[in-house]
Amino acid sequence: MSSQLITDNAIVKDEWVTVIPPEAAKEVRKQAGKVVMFKLTGEDSPSEDQINATVLPESGKILLPLKVYLKNKDALKDRLANNEIGIWVDTHEEIESFKSEINDINQFPLIAVRVGKFADGRIFSIGTQLRIKFQYKNDLRAFGDVLRDQLFFLKRTGFNSYLIREDRDPHDALLALNDFSNPYQGAADNSNPAWKRFDRNQQGSD
Amino acid sequence: MYKYDAIDQKLVDERVNQYEGQLSRYLNKELSDEEFRPLRLQNGLYIQRHAPMLRVAIPYGLLSSVQLRKLSLIADKYDRGYGHFSTRQNIQFNWPMLEDTPKILKELALVEMHAIQTSGNCIRNITTDQFSGVTPDEIVDPRYVAEIIRQWSTFHPEFALLPRKFKIAVTGSKKDRAIVQAHDIGLEFFLNQENKRAIKVWVGGGLGRTPILGSVIKEDLAWEHILTYCEAILRVYNLYGRRDNMYKARIKILVKALGIEHFRELVEQEWKFIKDGPNTIDESELKRVASFFTDPPYEKHTQNKINDHLDNKLFKQWLDRCTHSHKNKGYRSVTLSLKANHQAPGDATSEQMRLVADLADEYSFGEVRVSHEQNLILADVQEDNLFDLWEKAKSKNLATPNVGLLTDIVCCPGGDFCSLANAKSIPIAESIQEVFEDMDYLHDIGEIDLNISGCMNACGHHHVGHIGILGVDKDGSEWYQVTLGGNQGNFASIGKVIGPSFSAEEMPAVITKIIGTYTAQRHLDESFIDCVVRIGLEPFKVSVYGAKEVKS
Repeated sequence: MSSQLITDNAIVKDEWVTVIPPEAAKEVRKQAGKVVMFKLTGEDSPSEDQINATVLPESGKILLPLKVYLKNKDALKDRLANNEIGIWVDTHEEIESFKSEINDINQFPLIAVRVGKFADGRIFSIGTQLRIKFQYKNDLRAFGDVLRDQLFFLKRTGFNSYLIREDRDPHDALLALNDFSNPYQGAADNSNPAWKRFDRNQQGSD
Repeated sequence: MYKYDAIDQKLVDERVNQYEGQLSRYLNKELSDEEFRPLRLQNGLYIQRHAPMLRVAIPYGLLSSVQLRKLSLIADKYDRGYGHFSTRQNIQFNWPMLEDTPKILKELALVEMHAIQTSGNCIRNITTDQFSGVTPDEIVDPRYVAEIIRQWSTFHPEFALLPRKFKIAVTGSKKDRAIVQAHDIGLEFFLNQENKRAIKVWVGGGLGRTPILGSVIKEDLAWEHILTYCEAILRVYNLYGRRDNMYKARIKILVKALGIEHFRELVEQEWKFIKDGPNTIDESELKRVASFFTDPPYEKHTQNKINDHLDNKLFKQWLDRCTHSHKNKGYRSVTLSLKANHQAPGDATSEQMRLVADLADEYSFGEVRVSHEQNLILADVQEDNLFDLWEKAKSKNLATPNVGLLTDIVCCPGGDFCSLANAKSIPIAESIQEVFEDMDYLHDIGEIDLNISGCMNACGHHHVGHIGILGVDKDGSEWYQVTLGGNQGNFASIGKVIGPSFSAEEMPAVITKIIGTYTAQRHLDESFIDCVVRIGLEPFKVSVYGAKEVKS
């Protein structure tokens, strides 16, 4: 089976169709810090035009940009109840600002975060917030520039699903999930720090 | 000092394996240069002018004699017989082969050392006061909290790829020797009104291109919340810090853009969700870690042997400059100067390292410390042993009595080694040291901090030097800008530029004129920095540029 998707420590077939809005007419400077804080872009990404131009597959499980979902919320009601709707955000988007429009975050069987560049570590805070602050319980996926060496960190910040970049071997990436056996700090995957997981007074170094 | 248990050791061993795999994927071309870059940096590996540079972590500047001997062995086996102690209490090797780096890391892991997070956009080595635990003005020993923060920050998954590097410093003394106000987070311990350990938290300080002193974000944080509070600060920074421009990506820029009030609000909002959570430190963990930092078995009796040598002028000079008061009667802390003339500031040869390790075993309970002023410290030396120690240290040029004086120059590796540098810094330090060779004159000038950085990244902390020298590039040639009035410690300040920059050849004369102005203008016992504050920059400018130039 050829699949780039790892979910829960195994390579699995992707049941979801990821819907990507058409390219913006002109490039949006989304690499900047959060748009909201620095007002660097002055425009939203995806833009209203992009949202309107996005074509939704008529059946099956679809992973939609958050804003596309919100725009079509009423029409998608039944499919949501049917567990066919997932949402995704870019790392510059703030889930918090849309919280009022989503009554229950756990109604989505899948939430995904797209990371544009390996070095963009915002994805780790977004995962942590989803798990700890918003108490999201279902599948959490990373896609985009997802490579082996992010995986351990993604796992620890609450992601259980990783779509490995097309040109890399997911079998190779899978190995990274076990890079470290006993990390020091508590995080989204295991909230207890090492000193609560082990009796460190009993551990000898020799 | 802290000893690894099975959990610490396994993590470091697993890191060596992980890095070895990453390097071999890079050498097999499975990873591009761009992809390997953040991975190698997080392990302290730079690609420099001549060879890779490997930066090894010395957590809060603490080393055992065993570790120091290992560093000397690495210097001999994989480098050219020396290492460079940096202003962040780390050590750098300038000449290793890329293929050898996993072997070096394996050697280090044997003595509980590593190069984890010594570079890259992550939480760096935690730094603190080199006199922690022994200084009489200490309120709370910062070492065990530094160790707890070290563990928490090591491979913190959420903060692995921050917008930019992140430096945390801790101090627990009345006098701040860790420059907490010049760090991304500065933690200052004190005892609050209920006589409980509490922390004043500074945020958004930093040197570099845009020097800013930190702002107080929390006046009185109970110590057990330190990890969750730092987590909240870092989450806000990670999410909102700029990533479009690396020169504006440090937390100081975010704090400035939002204002400390707004920034604090965002932090408090995040903190609400994790405050009192599992990462809250409990008494038992504090006790466990603190148990590694207890007092060594001090000798109670002193024979006052030191009195036999006080008429030895050279020894007395060294005693005054290079030893420091100790909380325990009959003991002193000793600074071994790495600032001898004709030696690059902060460099130590493998031979010197071995001698220091031996001296540590013989006189200071086997422990050595590295200061951010790039010297080595033996923290617990009995006064009776000082004369013997001095004679031995002298034999390897480690007893220059210039600690705190003009020639105790803080200096980055500069253009001789570093690919970021605009200009060389070591030859400037050497040319100044040559002019001020006369020890009597040096002592007469008194305490003064001279800091040199080869570029605006400010690794030589030039902004907080009483005299700061910054290497700049003008049309492809190397020039030097001079600042006056910078200061570290509780009264930290950023130095001001005195005027147009100078060529390398002009520098010794410029410093001579500045010092001449000071000695002519000073009041009795007035230090250089106090004098600068009192008379302002004008007289110094006139002496350097001439009255006419300054007016126009």
